[in-house]
Amino acid sequence: MALMKVKFDLKKRVKLAQTVWFMYWFSVMAGVLLLTMGLFFKIELRKRSELMDNNESHFLPNLLIGVGLIASGMNAFGGKICYDSLDPSKFVKWKPMLKPFLISCVGFNGLLLLTAMLCFLMRIPLQFTLAEGLKNGMKYYKDTDTPGRCYMKRTLDTMQMEFRCCGNDNYRDWFVIQWVSNRYLDFSAKEVKDRIGSNVDGQYLMDGVPFSCCNPASPRPCIQLQMTNNSAHYSYDHYTEELNVWKRGCREALLSYYGGMMNTIGALVMLVTLVQVAVTVGLQYVNTSLSTLANPEDPESESEGWILEKTVKETFTDIMDKMKAMGKGNQVEEGGEAPVATVS
Amino acid sequence: MVLMKITFPLQRRVRLAQGLWLLSWLSVLSGGFLFCLGVYLKTELIRRAEIMDYTDIHVVPNILMMVGLASIGTNWFASRVCQDSLDATRFPRWKPFLLGWFAMAVVLCSLLLAAMVLCFALILYFLGNGIRFYRDTDVPGRCFQKETIDRLQMELRCCGNNNYRDWFEVQWISNRYLDFTSKEVKDRVRSNVDGRYLLDGVPFSCCNPASPRPCLHTQLLDRNAHYNFELQTEELNLYNRGCRQALVEYYMGLMNRIGPGVLSVIFMQASVFVSLRYLQTATEGAMALENPEDDSEGYLLEKSIPETIEDCKSQVLTLLKLGPVDPGDAEAPAEDKGAADAATSG
Repeated sequence: MALMKVKFDLKKRVKLAQTVWFMYWFSVMAGVLLLTMGLFFKIELRKRSELMDNNESHFLPNLLIGVGLIASGMNAFGGKICYDSLDPSKFVKWKPMLKPFLISCVGFNGLLLLTAMLCFLMRIPLQFTLAEGLKNGMKYYKDTDTPGRCYMKRTLDTMQMEFRCCGNDNYRDWFVIQWVSNRYLDFSAKEVKDRIGSNVDGQYLMDGVPFSCCNPASPRPCIQLQMTNNSAHYSYDHYTEELNVWKRGCREALLSYYGGMMNTIGALVMLVTLVQVAVTVGLQYVNTSLSTLANPEDPESESEGWILEKTVKETFTDIMDKMKAMGKGNQVEEGGEAPVATVS
Repeated sequence: MVLMKITFPLQRRVRLAQGLWLLSWLSVLSGGFLFCLGVYLKTELIRRAEIMDYTDIHVVPNILMMVGLASIGTNWFASRVCQDSLDATRFPRWKPFLLGWFAMAVVLCSLLLAAMVLCFALILYFLGNGIRFYRDTDVPGRCFQKETIDRLQMELRCCGNNNYRDWFEVQWISNRYLDFTSKEVKDRVRSNVDGRYLLDGVPFSCCNPASPRPCLHTQLLDRNAHYNFELQTEELNLYNRGCRQALVEYYMGLMNRIGPGVLSVIFMQASVFVSLRYLQTATEGAMALENPEDDSEGYLLEKSIPETIEDCKSQVLTLLKLGPVDPGDAEAPAEDKGAADAATSG
């Protein structure tokens, strides 16, 4: 009992082939879209790789690029098959490779599904990479004279302004590291000596943040130094002051940015998977409808098309039997010798 | 003596019609492009509307949008005309509209050129005095000025109107945040005629992230306030550019990208114009012949330019001459009426 059997006459077959051909071109464009998204994601990761310690994993964008290329190729090939299916003489040369092609399509759809799931799951390793990278970034903020790290300050400042965030978790992260280089500290001043003496590592710590933490939406000009000293500024209470500096941490900001991007890409990959499944089903119908012509000589005869020749359960048991038979084929040779040995 | 006469055998007429059809569809697309350009410019201007108090600049994107829509319509009309030009029965119904079409095309092209020129002229006038209202975050209508100027300075990498010293002459800290009991505030307020709190500092948005040193934006003129800091030699600390110059450069860059596009649209429209004129005259000439498939002649103007101008002048004068003639006609019936009245009364 075939799965989802449909009867076809010539007109219906032609219409089916045309529809599936059109859908194949649509899915070629979907494959190109996948490729573009993979490239875009790769570029975005590259742009901010400094903030991730140059340690970020490019596995997902590379996978997207590969899958996009394969999808475009396979769908173009499938479209060509559909185009030729209307002409019996041309279709004959494609017939032998149609079954393996369909099986590989099914396998590819599984790969697409896996990619979609990965898009949603890769958020977690990204979180750890970002946390590590940002912590180090803040440590190297003051090292504008060290080769290899001299642009960290600019990168961090522009990132804090662009993403509207401050520090790793919040602005207090800046209070526990020295972000002013020793070159700009007057070591003969009492204030500097006090601050350096106040902690074990001899670091110049202050209750201030860089200017890039300032929030332009604050009604008051930005207070970025002596932030915890209420008496240093008129009518200022740092507990209630909400708009002065950005409240969000940069790890959260970057994570939500990349997470949103990955969610969108994952959703699009799911849509592309659905389209792929649809064209695979369509091609299977085209294949079966052309193989079961009632009168093989007459192209206008009726035929039937289906997705699976037997029901899902029977097909599954068939495949298991085949695999067992292949496995048994090796065992029968060995078993054949043993009984002979015992009998004699 | 005809202007720029070209002989058109049937084959060439057909090819002209086909080429013109393609060209007019391309012009429809470019009309759409113009419309989108107008919309884009309008949104850009609306985004910066708060710091630009010259609202008349909106006339430029409005013109672009109008011209874009009109050119879509006229070029679609041109494509219909050339589709019908090869069919002698359908072509005559377009004839009366063609003169109007040519006039419309000329008007559109000149409007477009005017918009371009206007744009370049207006750019030099549109910048406003936004920094005056920086501190008024509690004044309705101006409460977003601070945020807008901060964002503008950060985005365009500029400081003040002409340079950062503009901020020294403006009170950019609201009185709400000044402690009027402290000596320092009282000194500063008394130091100038208007009683403003002026200081040698700039807002944080003037800070340049590319500076190797954490940004210094307060007490800039005090040599002893900051260690190892010399205002004159320090180039990277704050942005050196003024926002007026930065905005001009930004919009100039925008225009440089848009300008060639608009010029090519005008060029395409002009070629549609010329080709349609040739097609019109060639087809009319062919229809007048005994055998419509014979060679016909196409031209731009039936007579030379001076003669055409003379013709136009005489036509306009004839139209005007109708004016004085009318009162003469009106008097005659009035006289008759008067005579009839006199006859009936008499």
